[in-house]
Amino acid sequence: MQKGALPPRSGSTMSQAIAVEKLSKKFVLGTLQRDTMLRERLISLLRAPFGGRSKSANILWALHDVSFRVDTGEVVGIIGRNGAGKSTLLKILSKITYPTSGTLQVAGRVASLLEVGTGFHEELTGRENIYLNGSILGMKHGEVAAKLDSIVEFAGVAQFLDTPIKRYSTGMRLRLGFAVAAHLDPDLLIVDEVLAVGDAGFQRKCLNTMEGLRTGGRTVLFVSHNMAAVENLCSRCIWIDAGRVCMDGSPREVIEAYMNTFANAREAMSDLSSVENRRGSGEIRYTGVEYLTPAGEPLQVVRSGDAFVIRFRYHANKPVAFPSFGFRLYTEFGTLITDTSTWHHAIDIPLVPPGDGYVDLHIDFLNLLPARYYFSLWITGPASPVHDNIEHCAELDVELANVYSSGRMLDSRSGIVFFPQHWTVHEPSLVGAGSKAGEQ
Amino acid sequence: MNFEWLADFWRYRELLYFLAWRDVKVRYKQAALGASWAIIQPLFTMIIFTLFFGRVAGVPSDGLPYPLFSFCALVPWTYFSTTLSQAGNSLISNAPLVTKVYFPRALLPAASVLGGLVDFLVGASFLALMMMYYRIKPGWSLVFAPVFIGGMVLLSFSVSMFLAALNVRYRDVKYALPFIIQMWLFITPIIYPANYLPAKMKPFLAFNPMAGLLEGFRWSLFTTRHLDWGLLGSSIAITAVLLVIGAIYFRKTERTFADIV
Repeated sequence: MQKGALPPRSGSTMSQAIAVEKLSKKFVLGTLQRDTMLRERLISLLRAPFGGRSKSANILWALHDVSFRVDTGEVVGIIGRNGAGKSTLLKILSKITYPTSGTLQVAGRVASLLEVGTGFHEELTGRENIYLNGSILGMKHGEVAAKLDSIVEFAGVAQFLDTPIKRYSTGMRLRLGFAVAAHLDPDLLIVDEVLAVGDAGFQRKCLNTMEGLRTGGRTVLFVSHNMAAVENLCSRCIWIDAGRVCMDGSPREVIEAYMNTFANAREAMSDLSSVENRRGSGEIRYTGVEYLTPAGEPLQVVRSGDAFVIRFRYHANKPVAFPSFGFRLYTEFGTLITDTSTWHHAIDIPLVPPGDGYVDLHIDFLNLLPARYYFSLWITGPASPVHDNIEHCAELDVELANVYSSGRMLDSRSGIVFFPQHWTVHEPSLVGAGSKAGEQ
Repeated sequence: MNFEWLADFWRYRELLYFLAWRDVKVRYKQAALGASWAIIQPLFTMIIFTLFFGRVAGVPSDGLPYPLFSFCALVPWTYFSTTLSQAGNSLISNAPLVTKVYFPRALLPAASVLGGLVDFLVGASFLALMMMYYRIKPGWSLVFAPVFIGGMVLLSFSVSMFLAALNVRYRDVKYALPFIIQMWLFITPIIYPANYLPAKMKPFLAFNPMAGLLEGFRWSLFTTRHLDWGLLGSSIAITAVLLVIGAIYFRKTERTFADIV
């Protein structure tokens, strides 16, 4: 029982919170499937009665020989591509799943938040779900009771406390789930991409809570694709790629190195010719997306305030009359930011002959704050039959930038957009002098 | 058995209570008839049994009114069968929980087994009313009734631990379960008294742990019945063996649950 014996929480004693030694996790693809049936086992037995286990089994090392140590009070960001093994690592640290080999030691009370509102039940009321969720996360009944008022206030659901949560909005559910987790008071908090959901207000609450934990000397481990959040919050950053620790160091350096690898990734991502989840007649279709500098060079990282070009490549099977090329940009939460097209700009394209071509969208000044955005693409004809429409076909990751040239970085906590602007400050004059323009 | 495993289970006892409470609460929240379902189910089965087995087939009931004879076995049987099917599927139906949070996995089947007791109590109170209606007074042996119920709790926990763990890997269990339960009903002395079986078949009854426990439960309610010590002894022994097997198999496989569920 760890109840009475919490380790000291001041930053001065640098005890170890996590020690991971040569951790590996193997998945055998094909044999561990959702609906495993005895039948399949029997069939494979019939096919190869003396062959033992099938030799062609695909082995995936979700983690391979991962070692690191985390001291108490550190806030460690874990970054990496999807499928790199970040979530597997968090699951192992939370004891949800077990490593194939290697050891791990985790000290103190661990709260892992791999999902907001785990175990919420639709039919139960907000109050009931607070108790249930608290208990699932490892809180004692008395502890939840003592913190109930504070949780309810944090979530802002006081009026709906005795309403079944099936009547709650998604936002309310998220707030309630996070409110419970925020009151866990753990020694080690493990968070997986919680920030990827919820509105800006919710995200700010999450970040503030984590910042509170940090100042309270707790250890936080958090996975995120939000580079700005990692850079702002973390004292250290670990980049995991293909199941291995690729780099471990100061957030700024690790993020920089990580972002630089995207030059290659972007090419792979931008191929749209094989996307199957699309609508439209298909006479003319998008085949790819490229990011370029205004000078036409390949662009690696898109930063707030940049000028750049997005090139949409297309292929026409037969002559297409009067097509309009369109682009819709969304936030991560699905809010439409802008819908723009050649039609909006009154560009008439009388005829596109069969073959390959491209349209360029010149963005003169990207006034989006750092975050991940998505876009959808469409091509329509004059009487608006849809030739091609791909929803959420690509991501646009906007990175941190020194947009006001002040050296003060803007991140997603500052909102979604910014615009060209400046401030002037007018102080009460002392000796009759006029106003003085302040910096920025 | 691993001591740490049991200690962990104990540490999370509050969650066990909450999971059981959730199951019970959710079960009745949207049902218009609420907890009366716990009576309706065995009651209607009893009516059908009385008509077809008691009247038409003339199955004896050892001097007890047939409705009472079958109902007093149907209440614990309903507990056992519903618990088995719920607990057997508990790891799958709680997959989001299993893949997102750590807690002793055995809490899930345990919670279904505990939650089912609420229904059992509702059914048992109706049984008490029926006994009053037939003016049958239980004797001193009534104090042993909880022992037999406890046996059934352990038995359903053991079997469902095994089935739930197996279910994670082989979904066949999900389809086989209703069938297993139906077969089990007929090989258990519910419709008929144990001594109704021909002498040749009787020894086989000893392999069914529910047989001794149900007959024991009947014995504890009605003064007119005799306790078959041999049958009871083998039921208890088999339950104990199943508990160990269930726990060992569960413990061996639980590390992989989150990966494959």
